[in-house]
Amino acid sequence: MSNYIGKPLSRVDGVAKVTGKAKYAAEFDAPDLTYGYVVSSTITKGRITHIETSEALSLPGVLSVITHENRPKIAWLDMSYKDQDAPPGSPFRPLRDNKISYSGQPIALVVAETFELARYAASLIRVDYREAPHETNLDTNLHRARKPKSGLASLLKPPPPKPRGNFDEVYAASPAKVEGRYSHSPEHHNPMEMFASTVVYEKDGKLTIYDKTQGAQNSQLYVTQAFNMSFSDVRVISPFVGGAFGSGLRPQYQLFLAVMAARELKRSVRVTLTRQQMFTFGHRPATIQNIALGADSNGKINAIYHDAVGETSQFEDYTEIVPTWSPMIYPAENVTLDYKIVPLDVFTPLDMRAPGGVTGVPAIETAIDEMAYELGIDPLELRLINYSDRNMAEDKPFSSKELRECFRQGAERFGWAKRNPKPGSMRDGHNLIGWGMSTGMWEANQMPARAEAVLTVNGKLRVTSATADIGTGTYTIMTQIAADTLGMPMEDVLFKLGDSDMPLAPIEGGSWTAATVGSAVKVVCEELGRKLFKLAQKIPGSPLAKAKWDDVEFVDKHIRLKQNPAAAVSLQQAVDQNGGAAVWQKSTSLPAMMKQKNYSRAAHSAVFVEVMVDEDLGTIRVTRAVSAIAGGKILNPKTARSQIIGGMVWGISKALEEESVMDHTIGRFMNHSLAEYHVPVNADIHDLDVIFVEEHDDIVNPLGVKGLGEIGIVGMPAAIANAVFHATGKRIRELPITLDKIL
Amino acid sequence: MNSFSYSRPDDVNAAVGEISEQTQAKFIAGGTNLLDLMKENVEHPQHLVDINHLPLGFIDELPEGGLRLGALVTNADTAYHELVQKNYPLLSMAILAGASPQLRNMATNGGNLFQRTRCYYFYDTATACNKREPGSGCGALTGYNRIHAILGTASSGNTPQCIATHPSDMCVALRALDAVVRVSGPNGDRTIPIADFHRLPGDEPERDNTIEPGELVTAIDLPAEHFNTHYTYLKLRDRASYAFALVSVAVALRLDEGGQIAEARIALGGVAHKPWRNPAAEALLTGKAADTTLFRQVAEQLLDGAQGYGNNTFKIELAKRAIVRALDMAYAGSTQAGDAYKQEDIL
Ligand SMILES: Cc1cc2nc3c(=O)[nH]c(=O)nc-3n(C[C@H](O)[C@H](O)[C@H](O)COP(=O)(O)OP(=O)(O)OC[C@H]3O[C@@H](n4cnc5c(N)ncnc54)[C@H](O)[C@@H]3O)c2cc1C
Ligand code: SF4
Repeated sequence: MSNYIGKPLSRVDGVAKVTGKAKYAAEFDAPDLTYGYVVSSTITKGRITHIETSEALSLPGVLSVITHENRPKIAWLDMSYKDQDAPPGSPFRPLRDNKISYSGQPIALVVAETFELARYAASLIRVDYREAPHETNLDTNLHRARKPKSGLASLLKPPPPKPRGNFDEVYAASPAKVEGRYSHSPEHHNPMEMFASTVVYEKDGKLTIYDKTQGAQNSQLYVTQAFNMSFSDVRVISPFVGGAFGSGLRPQYQLFLAVMAARELKRSVRVTLTRQQMFTFGHRPATIQNIALGADSNGKINAIYHDAVGETSQFEDYTEIVPTWSPMIYPAENVTLDYKIVPLDVFTPLDMRAPGGVTGVPAIETAIDEMAYELGIDPLELRLINYSDRNMAEDKPFSSKELRECFRQGAERFGWAKRNPKPGSMRDGHNLIGWGMSTGMWEANQMPARAEAVLTVNGKLRVTSATADIGTGTYTIMTQIAADTLGMPMEDVLFKLGDSDMPLAPIEGGSWTAATVGSAVKVVCEELGRKLFKLAQKIPGSPLAKAKWDDVEFVDKHIRLKQNPAAAVSLQQAVDQNGGAAVWQKSTSLPAMMKQKNYSRAAHSAVFVEVMVDEDLGTIRVTRAVSAIAGGKILNPKTARSQIIGGMVWGISKALEEESVMDHTIGRFMNHSLAEYHVPVNADIHDLDVIFVEEHDDIVNPLGVKGLGEIGIVGMPAAIANAVFHATGKRIRELPITLDKIL
Repeated sequence: MNSFSYSRPDDVNAAVGEISEQTQAKFIAGGTNLLDLMKENVEHPQHLVDINHLPLGFIDELPEGGLRLGALVTNADTAYHELVQKNYPLLSMAILAGASPQLRNMATNGGNLFQRTRCYYFYDTATACNKREPGSGCGALTGYNRIHAILGTASSGNTPQCIATHPSDMCVALRALDAVVRVSGPNGDRTIPIADFHRLPGDEPERDNTIEPGELVTAIDLPAEHFNTHYTYLKLRDRASYAFALVSVAVALRLDEGGQIAEARIALGGVAHKPWRNPAAEALLTGKAADTTLFRQVAEQLLDGAQGYGNNTFKIELAKRAIVRALDMAYAGSTQAGDAYKQEDIL
């Protein structure tokens, strides 16, 4: 029975969040807490020749300044620093030695009795460097592009498939051709909440750590390995996360530094990064792509070339899936793809909302728009001509793909049929109006996960799994799933997450949490239900005594016969039968690999956008956007819509505003504040419309969900760039499209 | 952020006295700029004189028809003041195009005059900046300079010492209105025409303005000429609100009965170390009617000598187009802050 699944319910944690009851990593207190402040390198590459800490140390209340010179011994092997999201290579180790590998690298931690004192003391530390020449510019280092090393990460992010057919020959002979180079700047996640760790030093030397992370168990693993501690001595707690967008998929350096200081001082330590320091770790890598498409005169695309070069650090090979999206969307017979990376003197890039997807898809979707103009075919029509129910990158059918329906419903809602294809054909005063569209796509993955469920003696249900809720609504949908599975009211169900002591869950990323943890919650509640059923049968004179499992259902806090609802036992009665103890169950959910492996599984979207561009001044406004989403079963249309709207807003940001600007002369990101790193404000956002298209899929996972965290952003940038072309006749292939590019 | 001492005097003389006695002392009003700079370790005063208890929270009509704005009136209260909205809507519009409601509720008129550049290098103590640390070099010149100046950057050497802009919106309108700044200092009171208040960087980029040590701004006088029929403030930026101007244009026109332009004032923001005017360019409009070719000529003249430094070169053409558009709008009497953004977006 489903009372809650599919209903637009408000967040169960909403009140806690708006009343300040929800606590974040830097808000947990501890007795005798001390405060750490990070000193960051001012050069990009070279060596520290001298670091003068005496003035800082002389201030009363300054407890310690930890540098590479006086730090305690830490693990020696690279292996010990590998977190669950570490790409192949040698992970960055804070304070390892005097070597500087990127601008803003942490080089010391000042610990003091107050935050203000630590910050002031940090300003007194003098550092001498011997500088070495650096390279931070992807564009001027393309000749150094190489294939990435493969490792564990290649399982989730395989390199592009081998060429199929003969691109060169078919492209050369194609009557319609387009070719272009597409690029975007680096971007930083910039969640509202700064990275922070509060490390509580317990009497026995055990650590309780409140950390900003998308995986409490990932942080726990990292700390135990790097500091050679046992799992039972390190507990990581992270009940609320003030946004992360992927930045919390790897432990950040404040965690390492705070743990090191706490162990050294044998006191509790909190380290919070500054906004400027939020620009000194992972980011979306700058990427440059080339695409060539060949089509026949009917619009059938026969030849695709798509290459991409992304930046990485000098120490790890971060990769993304970029060109592979082209054959995943378009079924051409002749395809050549290539993906390379260039190591630069920057920190290792890091997954950021729809990593690779919102890089590769906007490029191919812009090229498709160019092809539509080349052929004189409507861009929607061209996509329908090249529609495919098979993913040609893997040569497998999709488990479900209602993209055609997304196109239909989205176009109708938007009024696409009324579009005059001619660029510059619509205007309102000085404003040129343009309509553009794009396809979006994101993988629907499922991972193994565990969950625990307890029905307490007073008939309340508590379910736990060590996942995270970065604002997506995980608390809410898990509560819904649990409540529906056991036929309980949501008020009687408490779902808890974000504690390394809880049953195993993977890092919260890749849009897989609803599918992964949702399945685990469903399984554990079902298995708890079986236990309760057995107890119910044991009650003297039980109306269920002879019933089979398949004969009963869980409704209104009762287990009852499907055929005869009057034959019922309440859950309370069932627990009471357990000899005064709660009923407890822990279960594992594994993806049905045998069922899944023959299919390609993905969410899709069709995005339609209207822009207004001032013909003289180049200012661009997205006045209207419609996203039609095929994302499998929608568990909660309200939180789901919020996810998609958030993605759409970010799509506007990526298309028009957002970039981390590097001064290559000094190798440093310069717009490192929220005043100068632009993301949309309310005045930038107008009419956003979300449609969820019916999509049934029992292959992806038992719940039929596909995850909605990333699909909302993927289609937006190209739809906007294509609308700008329609408005102005200018094809901008470099994101973000700031007004100077239109002038 | 360093430790500092703090006092809160109740009258102007005491405030001026205290600031003059201490070395490295600063006034603090709304704190929206100074506190940021202290936290970023760019400014490190040893003593703060909080002026919020001085009796400078007035807006008074002047006998000759002008308006006197107290230094401590907030930007929000100024912009929404009845007489400002009625008589100096250009000022109101410019203030409301800046910052956010929260900031405008804290920011004061005095503080706005003194707000420092938003140059990325000025704010980042890891980099070279002649304004922050004279003689250290100018990071922006060879680096990222999208928001930097295109006018008035010359110094006595060949390379400019500083290419920062003054970021204020309010001051651009004040410049167009020929406001006068009133100050009290250790040597008594004086007035400074807004044109002379801010300065070009020249060889002393560390000096933003011509105020002398120990001087306190007490008020800003607006002359009797209102320009409340044909005016506009057009602000172009990287998002629709809550961003500093790439280029802004304040236009105030007085038309004669025949619809010819009797007097034109054009002030530019975001292009120089001070709000920029060029009387010769303005004079081209005297006695003329609206004409796009003429407006373009005026724009060319206003941007005469403009120089780009790479990322900001686009501002030269953008400023010209913005001037033409702003003149069009002001002449037509349309008060919209540019077609691209509706007024309600900005508020
Ligand atoms: C995120 C952000 C965005 C912003 N966007 C804009 C924008 O778009 N447009 C815009 O115009 N502004 C913008 N501002 C700047 C804002 O307008 C200024 O910070 C504000 O006007 C400063 O006023 P205050 O009273 O807070 O000054 P304070 O910070 O208190 O003081 C600033 C300086 O002025 C001195 N001072 C203050 N009052 C006096 C006085 N009476 N006499 C002598 N010296 C004095 C102080 O000593 C200090 O050096 C923005 C600010 C922020 C933080
Ligand atoms: S432009 Fe001026 S403020 Fe900016 S770095 Fe150069 S000297 Fe400093």
